[in-house]
Amino acid sequence: MTYIPISPQERDAMLAEIGVNSLDALFQAIPAEHRFPSLKLPAALTEMEAASLLDEIAKSNENLRGDLISFLGAGMYNHYTPAVVDHVLRRGEFYTAYTPYQPEISQGTLQGIFEYQSLMTALTGMELSNASHYDGATAAAEAVNMAFANFRGKRRKILVSGAVHPQYREVIRTYTQGMDLTLTGDQPQADLPQDLLPLIDADTALVIVQYPDFFGRVFDYTGLIETAHSQGTLVCVVTNPTALALLQTPGTMGADIVVGEGQPLGLPMWYGGPSLGFFTTRKQYVHKMAGRLVGETVDSRGEKAYVLTLTAREQHIKREKATSNICSNQGLLALASAVYLSVVGKSGLKQVANLCYQKAHYAAQQLSQIAGVSLLFGQPFFHEFVVRLPKPVAEVNEHLLEHGIVGGYDLGKDYPGMENDMLVAVTEMNTKEEIDMLVEVVQEVLDA
Amino acid sequence: MREPTLFELSSPGRTGVTFPQADVPLFDLPDASLLREDLPLPELAEVDVVRHYMALSKYNYSVDGGFYPLGSCTMKYNPKINEDTCRLPGFVFTHPLQPIETAQGNLLLMYQMQEWLKEISGFAAVTLQPAAGAHGEFTGVLMMRAYHQARKDHKRVKMLIPDAAHGTNPASAGMMGFEVVTIPSDERGNVDLKALAAQCDDTVVGMMLTNPNTLGLFDENLQEVVRLVRDCGGLMYADGANLNALLGIVRPGDLGFDVMHFNLHKTFAVPHGGGGPGSGPVGVSERLADFLPTPLVGILEEANEDVPPLYGFITPPQSIGRMKAFHGHFGGGVVRAYTYIAMHGAEGLKDVSQYAVLNANYLKARLQKTYKVPFDRICMHEFVMEGRFEGTDIRALDISKRLMDYGYHPPTNYFPLIVHEALMIEPTETENKDTLDSFADALLKIAEEAHSNPQIIKTAPHNTPFGRMDEVKAARELVLCCWLPEDYDTSQ
Ligand SMILES: Cc1ncc(COP(=O)(O)O)c(C=O)c1O
Repeated sequence: MTYIPISPQERDAMLAEIGVNSLDALFQAIPAEHRFPSLKLPAALTEMEAASLLDEIAKSNENLRGDLISFLGAGMYNHYTPAVVDHVLRRGEFYTAYTPYQPEISQGTLQGIFEYQSLMTALTGMELSNASHYDGATAAAEAVNMAFANFRGKRRKILVSGAVHPQYREVIRTYTQGMDLTLTGDQPQADLPQDLLPLIDADTALVIVQYPDFFGRVFDYTGLIETAHSQGTLVCVVTNPTALALLQTPGTMGADIVVGEGQPLGLPMWYGGPSLGFFTTRKQYVHKMAGRLVGETVDSRGEKAYVLTLTAREQHIKREKATSNICSNQGLLALASAVYLSVVGKSGLKQVANLCYQKAHYAAQQLSQIAGVSLLFGQPFFHEFVVRLPKPVAEVNEHLLEHGIVGGYDLGKDYPGMENDMLVAVTEMNTKEEIDMLVEVVQEVLDA
Repeated sequence: MREPTLFELSSPGRTGVTFPQADVPLFDLPDASLLREDLPLPELAEVDVVRHYMALSKYNYSVDGGFYPLGSCTMKYNPKINEDTCRLPGFVFTHPLQPIETAQGNLLLMYQMQEWLKEISGFAAVTLQPAAGAHGEFTGVLMMRAYHQARKDHKRVKMLIPDAAHGTNPASAGMMGFEVVTIPSDERGNVDLKALAAQCDDTVVGMMLTNPNTLGLFDENLQEVVRLVRDCGGLMYADGANLNALLGIVRPGDLGFDVMHFNLHKTFAVPHGGGGPGSGPVGVSERLADFLPTPLVGILEEANEDVPPLYGFITPPQSIGRMKAFHGHFGGGVVRAYTYIAMHGAEGLKDVSQYAVLNANYLKARLQKTYKVPFDRICMHEFVMEGRFEGTDIRALDISKRLMDYGYHPPTNYFPLIVHEALMIEPTETENKDTLDSFADALLKIAEEAHSNPQIIKTAPHNTPFGRMDEVKAARELVLCCWLPEDYDTSQ
């Protein structure tokens, strides 16, 4: 089935107007030997058949909302999304529009992004936000580009804590492989802020840390940021937006760039994407930052309105000298996060954060009471923490899965020597009953 | 007229969605020095939020609302079934790191999508990881670099890019530190072969070519272009933004390209979402396959009589690394596009491109006596005309604004850069003849007005909720949010 609304009679009339006698005649410029290949694809389905095929494929997964109980996080979290969010996203006026190049007929999108920018600065304690990046990892890589550009390539070191999400570090490595710079730190180890201090020098353009870090630990980075600033070095904090409902903002600690994954703000997990990279910084870097920006202005009738602004930084004007090549971003998901933040609001987001905190602490306490199981770190944490088990995580997780539980992330996959360390995530979605069941099954595996 | 912002609507003490009480014993919060004092988010009831976004939605023009012939963007109709399939709980509530045994549906779908895209494009391998077209370009450029590096061919630094190219092409090459060499177009809108030949030497990384190009023209000398670049050891990159012209018509892989990004958000009807998310899978020829980003989806254990194959992730041997966290734009991108392809099949996809080309040529035929079309030959899925008239100072931008008064979204303006006052028109295959006729009538009417009443065009739009914007004020004052931290010094 196709969506072509042209009848054969209309088609023939159109061909006549063009002055050719068949559809095929429109393709004379294509090299004849390669023209009209026959594609080996399955036979076309009707809508009814497609609906049932996709339903069947989706059902062959075991989902985390009914099929399985989950304690998996590590960068993507199982949160509750209020119904309103998807009802707004389903408005064709939003999802079937393009980037708002024509502001007179795109104020819905433009004001939506402007409000998103405002909400993100409010959460992070920063001065401005762009309209989004592809995800948290690419936002972190863009922070590297920005810092590098800020020093016009004169500072050649980027220091990345080993406690930054391993996949984010991988992406930074990929992005920077053609750049003449050195990544320091970036070892598979649970760096503490003080471990980084001796590595910061006058050649360091940027330090990247995570808050809470990949292991869930919460540090006050104020001292680290002061040290970095004393060398003229910028600091980027990768953060979790839910945690910022409770915790001190990276802005208050003095961060220059705050980025992160916006998926916890009412976005689907969707097996990893699309999600939302947020990017916030200080006003002095506005000309160096990548990505679209919406600014306030007035229209010819004197009405307050919004436009894409400072576009001279972007690829369509600057071409090879642009701060980034980004064009399409995560517009609709930025809107989703804004709808989420507005409908849960100040009190709702605090409730979510508090539930995550309380339930995670309960889980940590219960798990650490099992003989042989201990919390690996003593630092404060938010909704994710590491337990050291007397057996490999892989083995324990296999057993948990037999009981319908997806255990925490196996840190041994990225950190050699941490094969017995499990990164457990708990959100408002996990009931006490589920936590108690997790504890019970872990106990059972270890007793076996 | 204007809708207040969320922050202006906020009223202290109002609440929207609330959450249950904790069902666990309570623990102390961390030390106060680690906690924030205030959370300056809006306070609104659910109904306030719904009314707010309903009000905003009415200010938007959209494909669901009308004709949106924005060239290079392929603003086709977005089938509603795709909105349902991508929201199935099995897709929405799966975590990218959950055991692969519990996500075989997702992995099968991704595997088949890789296979389908290979078949459609003629490439040897496909990654679904890139997030959008530009991200796919960067992926491709990284692989081109890795290929030359692996051959210890270190002197290659030049990326050849036609003057008609989209800005993301030079920007992607620039991100790699390559030197961008611009190749002019000839008088028929093809790559200028002489100019190209003059640049083809052993410092060429490759060429980034959009074909059909941004004039909507299929390069008549394509095979010669490919030969020149390949003969000097360069690789051919295809910007697949214009693939909507080629489905079942020709496969870029068969034409000698080494790498191409797809825009699932153009060709395969993934909605543009007011700016994204997109999805930009990349296909490569045999010689680049080992450099693809990690991970790809592969078969880990072959099927046998009783069990289906086990799908999982694999890393190509010389992979450039990871382009983003997790596995690409699966839910909102790949699932929608999969649904679309499954419903079209080979014949349906060929119809898509044939009718996209029919519609573009029909509009061109109706307009080209009145508007100058600089390269006059059969176009593919789009065409570019000049938005200016002898003896008037009407510009493409004015015509665009006036089109809004007639109820249309304007074409793309001022791109490609090589046409004066460019109006780039891409109708797509999902528009009927009546729509195309009324749109053409509106443009012909505007051409008359340009002489009879130019002022009405200069001051357009008149019938829209907002008038033309003061862009200078926006850039000068840089008001980028409606809320600022209390300690923020506005004098800065
Ligand atoms: C010709 C061309 N190339 C590349 C792109 C970039 O694609 P994306 O916006 O998905 O990054 C576009 C998008 O408008 C385009 O038209």
